[in-house]
Amino acid sequence: MDNNLVQIALQNVNMWAIMPSLILICFGMGLLLINVFLPRGTTKHAVWISLIGLVVTGLFVFKGWGDPQYGFNDAVALDNFAAFFNITFLVAAGLTILMSDEYLRREGYPVSEYYPLVLFTTAGAMWMASGTDMMTIFLGLEVMSVGLYVLAGFFRNQVRSNEAGLKYFLLGAFSTGFLLYGIALIYGVTGSTRLTEIGIYLNAHTSLLGNPMTLAGLVLIAIGFLFKIAVVPFHMWTPDVYEGAPTPITAFMSAGPKAAAFASFLRIMEYCFFSLKPEWTAMLWVLAVLTMVVGNVIAITQTNIKRMLAYSSIAHAGYALVGMVAANEIGYSGILFYMLAYAFMNIGAFAVLVLAGKKGEDNLTLEGFSGFGYKRPFLGVAMTIFLFSLMGLPPTAGFAGKFYIFAGAVKAGYLWLAVIGVLNSAVSLYYYLRVMVYMYFRDPLEDYAWVSMPVSVVVSIVIAIAGSLYLGIVPGFVMELAKLAVF
Amino acid sequence: MYDKLWLIPFFPLIGSIINGLLGKRFIKSEKAIGAIGTGAVFLSFLVTCRYFFQLLGDTEKVHQQVVASWMSVGKLQVDWGFLFDPLSALMLMVVCGVGSLIHLYSIGYMHGEEGFYRYFSYLNLFIFSMIMLVLGNNALVMFIGWEGVGLCSYLLIGYYFEKQSAGDAAKKAFVMNRVGDFGFLLGLFTIFWTLGSHGIWTVNFVDFSEHGHLLGVGSTVVTVATLCFFLGATGKSAQLPLYTWLPDAMEGPTPVSALIHAATMVTAGVYMIGRMNVLFAMSPTTMGVVAAVGAATAIFAASIGFAQNDIKRVLAYSTVSQLGFMFVAMGVGAFTAGIFHLMTHAFFKACLFLGSGSVIHAMHHALHHAHLDDDPQDMRNMGGLRKHMPVTWATFGISCLAIAGLPFFAGFFSKDEILWWAFASTRGSLVVWGIAAFAAGMTAFYMFRCLYMTFYGKQKTDPKAKDHVHESPWVITLPLVVLAGLATVGGFVGVPHAIDVVHIGNKLDAFLAPVFHHTQELYQIEAHGAASTEIMLMVFSVVVALIGIGIATTMYLKNPELPAKFTSTFSRLHRVVFNKWYVDEIYDAMFVNTTKQFGNFCWKFFDVKIVDGIVNGVGKVVNVLSAGLRHTQTGLFQNYALAMVLGTVVMVAIYILN
Repeated sequence: MDNNLVQIALQNVNMWAIMPSLILICFGMGLLLINVFLPRGTTKHAVWISLIGLVVTGLFVFKGWGDPQYGFNDAVALDNFAAFFNITFLVAAGLTILMSDEYLRREGYPVSEYYPLVLFTTAGAMWMASGTDMMTIFLGLEVMSVGLYVLAGFFRNQVRSNEAGLKYFLLGAFSTGFLLYGIALIYGVTGSTRLTEIGIYLNAHTSLLGNPMTLAGLVLIAIGFLFKIAVVPFHMWTPDVYEGAPTPITAFMSAGPKAAAFASFLRIMEYCFFSLKPEWTAMLWVLAVLTMVVGNVIAITQTNIKRMLAYSSIAHAGYALVGMVAANEIGYSGILFYMLAYAFMNIGAFAVLVLAGKKGEDNLTLEGFSGFGYKRPFLGVAMTIFLFSLMGLPPTAGFAGKFYIFAGAVKAGYLWLAVIGVLNSAVSLYYYLRVMVYMYFRDPLEDYAWVSMPVSVVVSIVIAIAGSLYLGIVPGFVMELAKLAVF
Repeated sequence: MYDKLWLIPFFPLIGSIINGLLGKRFIKSEKAIGAIGTGAVFLSFLVTCRYFFQLLGDTEKVHQQVVASWMSVGKLQVDWGFLFDPLSALMLMVVCGVGSLIHLYSIGYMHGEEGFYRYFSYLNLFIFSMIMLVLGNNALVMFIGWEGVGLCSYLLIGYYFEKQSAGDAAKKAFVMNRVGDFGFLLGLFTIFWTLGSHGIWTVNFVDFSEHGHLLGVGSTVVTVATLCFFLGATGKSAQLPLYTWLPDAMEGPTPVSALIHAATMVTAGVYMIGRMNVLFAMSPTTMGVVAAVGAATAIFAASIGFAQNDIKRVLAYSTVSQLGFMFVAMGVGAFTAGIFHLMTHAFFKACLFLGSGSVIHAMHHALHHAHLDDDPQDMRNMGGLRKHMPVTWATFGISCLAIAGLPFFAGFFSKDEILWWAFASTRGSLVVWGIAAFAAGMTAFYMFRCLYMTFYGKQKTDPKAKDHVHESPWVITLPLVVLAGLATVGGFVGVPHAIDVVHIGNKLDAFLAPVFHHTQELYQIEAHGAASTEIMLMVFSVVVALIGIGIATTMYLKNPELPAKFTSTFSRLHRVVFNKWYVDEIYDAMFVNTTKQFGNFCWKFFDVKIVDGIVNGVGKVVNVLSAGLRHTQTGLFQNYALAMVLGTVVMVAIYILN
């Protein structure tokens, strides 16, 4: 090859642009190697090494804030947008890892391979957030998804976990087909997979905007992400997978990968299809309403709390989608804020479930929580804070997040959408409050003697409480960062 | 630099959290809990002192310190910010200074009470809220403090929650305050939207002062807004018509009455008017209403004070009456005088309350010792306590002289400045002055009646308990002495020019000038008159006070049989006054019962039939819907894939066919 060409290619590589994910992958691989030399069942080192990896990555991301890096011929961009989402992923992964060891031991799978998988999944999520080329994003999506398929079915002797893994894999593969098909169509129309180039091309050739191929491509790409975000009618995998997967993984999936899908979705819609904004916001308007309504309505009749939280996470995706419909600065930054807030409050709630559950988790029903708040005051208060935040009551993160998102919708003129969103929040009070009613207004049926308080899980709960309250009481600072992060 | 201002609210907050969370199980020791609580407030006081003296030497008098951004929506930016200017500095000195003393006092007073930790946790939380109220640089932070002190007041009035009357009193205080808070919010909304329509989206006080004129001097909107704010003030500061909660609030422990219901929280309304003086000055109508309500409250509450036998209730009505004086000051534009009286009142009224607490404490122990059920707060069981409790007697007596306004005690200077402004201010009126001057005479009378009934004459305590009345320990008497000292000399910071023979100058007026003078110049609010007139007025009010004291001395010291004769001659009048002009009964009939009946109607008809009908209907529909939708969740992944395909087909079809 011509020497000059090699130089040009190398110049365009810029490893700094993928450094956070590289660090995570190095830690993951190193961990896999170390595991070979240690007896099975030793996991403490894995927890520590993973946490150190996450912290190192986090420091790197913080340091790089405000100093965007572009690389690989503009296929990857580590800009503020990616950095903000990276922090969300790291928070989600960190809280998940903190609560995992205890859980895996109880369920009889003290396996250290679990942790590298979480790190790889997080790295995939980071590529999704920083991808500026369809191919990078697709690559990230697959790295993330494959890790999640394995993690969801991690308890290989449990039918429910197997079912979760398999269902997620089959439907995930199916949705990936839609996404790839959409990418192909768009490539056919514009001749590029680079997001900005697609956008410029479509903007310059307005005759293509009404072309069935463009529109079909837009819809199919959107569906690829709507599946990951779990938007109605592409949500049906969620309850089964969330219920069957190991609880920490459920927590992780509901926060990290969902945020990653939002990141890519936002970038693609804003970079490639800004010329078609009226079209896709109209589509998302309908889907947001459907998602909020269906998620909330079905959550009402659930008696299993894990499943209830699964449905409620569908509803939360609906709220976040409202920010995309708004498609303005406050709406977009609201999504970024909400995803971070959701990572704290939802993973926190799951962490409480991890401690409250017995082996097999058959007791995680409403009845099973009778009088829990009195017998376990700390966990009761923690759960109360998380539920308040999920309901969206001040002074918690959930309130601030919903406030920004709905404010964005109102500002963009979608008053009715905001009203529907608020009404849906009101509906959600019913099933969240019911948990509290059982925790505090029912006589305890048991003394919850099996509930232990291991340090790592308590730390994750305390961090989640701190995050939920900090973002609720002083949302201004983080919101300013989120505003700097959007386009 | 004023960058560590956040430390001031920080210490009490931490103290409250530590005592609240760890007090019961881990700290346990009363000494440690008391030390943490008192220490936290004292640290705040030290920080306040440091910044206070820095401010004295500073040429720039208004400092804003933003700690964190709270929310920014559109053009509205709200911060967790502090405003440190002479007004808030002075108020903080009072709050933290008197607060520390009362915390110290509480260690002795609350000794052995169940829930000692709870008490100190609440009390610190109160100080924290009060500091936020005072220090907030915008109306929202102030409102947080405003609500916070209301909450703490509720918690502390209901401290003995096992007593029905305490629970009721707490509820009453809370509801009355809510009525006022509603006014505060309405006022804030009005200002916010009206300023917004001029392109100024703000809730910041400095911005209010700067852009307030956009509302239009004397315009309806500024009158309405300030009247709403004033409604808030009447709730918090116990003015007509919302004053009835304060006497009932005496169900709380006595130090609480001293701190919250005399020295600090109830003056929040006065402080708020001072903070928004620009807005109030723009509406002469509102100022007139404020002055009129203040004067009416002053005389009305004083009259009730004549016939009360419960020592704390006398003081409670006296507080309501004195707050009336402060509102008179605000209403006639004598902002400095109002704040001055707020300060001196904090000294002597806190001292009076703590003194009464010391008496009650001693009486309680004596009666308890003798196994008697007599009321330790009833002055008819006291008398002659001077011999047993010399320190309490001396400090109580000094404070009585101060509140009566005898020359050179603190109350003399502040009250006379109010009266002078009421008489001579461009916003004053002779009627207001007359009422206020008369109320001042009444104050002298009922305070000395209280003093005589408690400390002089024959001891009427049951013989069995008689000799067990002892002076209180030092933690109780030390705050009394300090406060009595302040009540004696505290007035010299504001010596009026007319009698300033040694030229110490009106220090307070000069200190507060950066906050108030601009407004007073802008809207031509000033008191003008000859020095001789001012001195004449002073002599007159001293004479009035002496007459009041004289009557009290004749009736309660010289001829103890006179009051009984008096009440039997004017039995009907006495009964009306004794029953507090039946205001509570009138409110019960007018508001409470009608509200109850309306509530019953709403419940029986509107709620059960209509609301429940709709809610249950919606609930049923949702449940049916939910159960139906649940069936779509078959568990078969083929069905899920089918749903995705159908969704895709529909979406693509809609797009392409459009």
